[in-house]
Amino acid sequence: MAQTRLKLVSGDGAEATSPRRRLIEVDRLTKTYRTRDGDVPSLKPIDLAIREGEFVAVVGPSGCGKSTLLKLMAGLIPPTSGEIRIDGKPVKEPPDDVGIVFQSPVLLAWRTVIRNVMMPVEVRRLDRETHLARARKLIATAGLEGFENKYPWQLSGGMQQRTAICRALVHDPKIVLMDEPFGALDAMTRERMNLELQRIHHETQKTITLITHSIPEAVFLADRVVVMTERPGSIAAIYDVPLGRPRSLEMMGDPAFIALSQKIREHFYAQGHLD
Amino acid sequence: MASPTHTATLRRILDSSWVRPFIFLVLIVVLWDVTIRVFKIPPYQIPAPADVIRALWVERTRLLSEAVPTTTATLAGFVLAAVFGIGMAMLIAGSRTVESYVYPLLVFSQSIPKVAIAPLFVVWFGFGLVPKVISAFLLGFFPVVVAGVQGFKSVDQDMRDLARSMKASRLQTFQMVSFPHAMPAIFAGLKVSVTLAVVGAVVGEFVGANSGIGYVLQRSIGNFELDVMFAALVILALMGVVLFWLVDLVERLLVPWHASQRHEIYATA
Repeated sequence: MAQTRLKLVSGDGAEATSPRRRLIEVDRLTKTYRTRDGDVPSLKPIDLAIREGEFVAVVGPSGCGKSTLLKLMAGLIPPTSGEIRIDGKPVKEPPDDVGIVFQSPVLLAWRTVIRNVMMPVEVRRLDRETHLARARKLIATAGLEGFENKYPWQLSGGMQQRTAICRALVHDPKIVLMDEPFGALDAMTRERMNLELQRIHHETQKTITLITHSIPEAVFLADRVVVMTERPGSIAAIYDVPLGRPRSLEMMGDPAFIALSQKIREHFYAQGHLD
Repeated sequence: MASPTHTATLRRILDSSWVRPFIFLVLIVVLWDVTIRVFKIPPYQIPAPADVIRALWVERTRLLSEAVPTTTATLAGFVLAAVFGIGMAMLIAGSRTVESYVYPLLVFSQSIPKVAIAPLFVVWFGFGLVPKVISAFLLGFFPVVVAGVQGFKSVDQDMRDLARSMKASRLQTFQMVSFPHAMPAIFAGLKVSVTLAVVGAVVGEFVGANSGIGYVLQRSIGNFELDVMFAALVILALMGVVLFWLVDLVERLLVPWHASQRHEIYATA
């Protein structure tokens, strides 16, 4: 409960000796849902290690258990077997060092933008003053300056989702988990949000796990792309993205980009499933 | 001389949502009057609107003073219904055990006609305020519970997950998420409840009271004073409208963020 170590990783040289140490370890993890019609296996044993500061995207067909994997990492549901370790500690309950963004912004309609962003601070009873300044800064960098006192319904979908991202970052977690955060946005807004997310990742060096349906989005954003099989989900392949950073939208025409996207797409064709 | 701008202003006033119900009311009253004249309905069956208005004027002090105990009973019953209704809704929505034990019985109890058991309250509590309050409470209680349960339960899973991911306690989740989320539904229930509480209070007065609008109704029917009876009904209707409007006002103050209350233009970018 007391291990809220909230410091900006980027401005912290102490851990530079092992910048790529394993932060999240998924170890022989399985999940089976018990329903009235019997057990429904959702995840076959999964092994995955995510390093500190790494951006990992998980793609897979609908219902392959990507969201289940994310919920397990967030400590929202217990695994059937195996375990997830964050910083070496097994996840038994929602960890402090994690921020989550869902597909819908899930903002509180009765709170203004700034008070929505401050919600985790209130719940965790963190210092209000320092975090309020931090929240304002996050809101400004997310391009929401001037909208602090607006209500969610007064914002566009993209702005709402940016507010949700600010909320996930306000307590300065090391890890950000995102479950198809841009799935509900139109294509243009989505591309802008991808650039935005890349910038956030670059500036904060957060460890980000992104669940997505979109292969280009995964390749564009991630250091590594995890491809999952159909239900019960398991890892079909993990690809390193051979593109430098920062990436621009033009890079989507890069032969390396296209080749990797094609390779990932073939997995779904092989499974006879294309989302 | 009426200039075009004056006609435009007049049209705007006639078109406003405030005036429309009055226009409709006038229409109904005219229709009522015409029907009585055309079919020659005697005043001991249906009084003419003019007679009712005269009765309202002549009996104004009595009607107003009798409206006081009815309003008191209504408000007391309504406040009890709101407090216990919201509390019960919280329990039912918060615990499957409570829900499975209590909810079916609660629904079952609703099919018992309150008018039938109202005399019992008089037997138990005598001729006074108490039986009226209980009767108003019993009628107002159920809509609040149903609406509250619906409101508390409609928090979506992502929202719950979000609260849980922050390790919010049950109390925090309730304060920050469930309760505000349930407010619009609760207010919908309260609006139904307040009008039913008026009915409840009158039912209480029917069976055992020596004051109140219900008592006036009872007496005037007995004496075939249909004009007084209708005047009492008008007072009751006004009470219902005013109370409904008050609840609506409180809702506007407490739930300004809800879709049904939004009057502002969307500020998107």
